[in-house]
Amino acid sequence: MINKIWGLFILIGIVFTLLFGEVSNLNDTILTSASGGVKMVLELLPILVLWSGLMKIAEKSGVLESISKVFRPLLGKLFPSLKRDSKALGYITSNIVANALGLGSAATPFGLKAMEEMQKENQDKKVASDGMITFLVLNTSGVTIIPTTVIALRLMHGSANPEEIILPAILATLCSSVAGLTLDYFRRRKRK
Amino acid sequence: MSTISKIIIPLFVLFVVFYGMKKKVLIYDTFLDGAKEGLVTAFHIFPSIIAMVFAINVFLNSGILETFFQILSPVLSFFQIPLSILPMAFVRPISGTASLAIMNDIFIKLGPDSFAGRLASVIQGCTDTTIYVLALYFGSIKINKTRHALSTGLFADFVGIVASFLIVSFLFG
Repeated sequence: MINKIWGLFILIGIVFTLLFGEVSNLNDTILTSASGGVKMVLELLPILVLWSGLMKIAEKSGVLESISKVFRPLLGKLFPSLKRDSKALGYITSNIVANALGLGSAATPFGLKAMEEMQKENQDKKVASDGMITFLVLNTSGVTIIPTTVIALRLMHGSANPEEIILPAILATLCSSVAGLTLDYFRRRKRK
Repeated sequence: MSTISKIIIPLFVLFVVFYGMKKKVLIYDTFLDGAKEGLVTAFHIFPSIIAMVFAINVFLNSGILETFFQILSPVLSFFQIPLSILPMAFVRPISGTASLAIMNDIFIKLGPDSFAGRLASVIQGCTDTTIYVLALYFGSIKINKTRHALSTGLFADFVGIVASFLIVSFLFG
């Protein structure tokens, strides 16, 4: 799937620019986007290294396990395929909590760790497991409770009430998460 | 609200270090072990990030979306859908920076408290860069058969966008 999308982006982008756009811009885009990618990795790198270190302490001291214990009843229902004592559950919880609080950059390391742990339990290492898909649907349907960047931008542009979008955003998030999880549930069952 | 999110990280760090000491974990050595793992993860996601940034830039900079929505504009204004919302909805799954830029543009042109401004804020808050996240997360563990992950994720985003439209219309009219 990702193979096709990646190819389509490049094909459409280049052909459309050749037909209607500025070829010199295209040249710049191709040559500079790699360095844009490097910049993103470099921005992520320190957070990733720091949080992975801290989370290792949390894992060894049992904090991570306590966190996942609290949410285990709920997560067990959402992720029936994961083992009850799976380390992934702790990382999934941490990722969702960090995301919900609008700490996007702190959430990514947890999410990547959750994927790693689920991959250890995965039977076919090339194919996404049920747990991974449910986790990503939950993650990308955006459980943001406090969209900090949006509120900051609204404030900057002189909104009378920058926070007024929090409640509608939570309601809309609820709709999209429930819709995503429901669809995931049925498509998972259909396969069996 | 934002003070809560600002204090939560320091509190979490304090708690983890304190609890680790209490449980007599070799916290410094353990931190280094974990940090090394983080470095390996960064190394693994490096190629996926470069690959996605490259493809997304080539696609967005071609101007295809602008052209497409210019052609569509009579239809959109007929349904009273703010013109700039649709490109934002389309860009949102692939690039957070690009959709923020479009939202910023809406704020400048129409103001953050206009219908389009509020709708853009809610959409930005309730959806995520689905395609980018999938590429990054699956790429980090070398999975290439993603089954129904993408279509389900995009479906959730679509429901979120429609719900945003209805909720903002209902609450702010």
